[in-house]
Amino acid sequence: MNTELIVFLVLSLVAIVTAIVMLLHRNPVYSALFLVLNFIAVAVFYLLLGAPFIAMAQITVYAGAIMVLFLFVIMLLGAERLPDAKVLRLQRPLAYGLAIVLAAETIYLLFTKAGSNLVVTTPDASLNTMESLREIAMELFNRFLLPFEVTSILLLVAMIGAIVLSKREKGEPK
Amino acid sequence: MVPIEYYIILSVILFSIGVAGVVFRRNPLVIFMSIELMLNAANLAFVAFSSVLKSFEGQIFVFFVIAVAAAEVAVGLALIVEIFKSKRTIDVDQLNSMKE
Repeated sequence: MNTELIVFLVLSLVAIVTAIVMLLHRNPVYSALFLVLNFIAVAVFYLLLGAPFIAMAQITVYAGAIMVLFLFVIMLLGAERLPDAKVLRLQRPLAYGLAIVLAAETIYLLFTKAGSNLVVTTPDASLNTMESLREIAMELFNRFLLPFEVTSILLLVAMIGAIVLSKREKGEPK
Repeated sequence: MVPIEYYIILSVILFSIGVAGVVFRRNPLVIFMSIELMLNAANLAFVAFSSVLKSFEGQIFVFFVIAVAAAEVAVGLALIVEIFKSKRTIDVDQLNSMKE
């Protein structure tokens, strides 16, 4: 057992437990907060994998912006006080069964069909410096320039869409 | 030294939890959160492979996925707020017609 493996196991326990609590908690506010915790655990995984830029983007965009938006909407709608709907009798066990089957099948295929001996080694010190950021930026603004620009248009369209959707029609009562 | 399989197994488990959430939760906000969880699981696999293969392309894909997720959440939450305004409920069972 080396330290990296121990860190990995502890963090994966955190990630899985927070995901399950997110899934099962009745109150959506707590679900959102546990999801934030899950995102932060995943961000630490990115650091372990030598991707500091993605880790920071994860924290600012996911844990920061997206989840704050979620919390705002939950509180705006008062969704934490909505009464529980009746759950179909078979829905819950069926959902667990399907999810477990999916996970088992994927893991089975992974071990039988894709036998590999790739190992994630501790990232070089060079990966956690400005050098790797520079590499990512060069890739992003040379080979992936067009997708990058398309992403900006996508964000613009989403922004306009959100504004149009939540705008009141003229003459509509408040 | 963590085998790549561990990362992929973790990613599969997180993805499956997200699938279960989409199937059995009734609150569309929690369903949305489960979708975010699934996107995150896929991102984790991307970054793990990018780290093993020593290439940055996986990380750049993750960057795009994060941008798309942000756009999706903005529009999706606006839709949910709008549905709540017109129907006074957001239970997915009640949302069975496109008209009011």
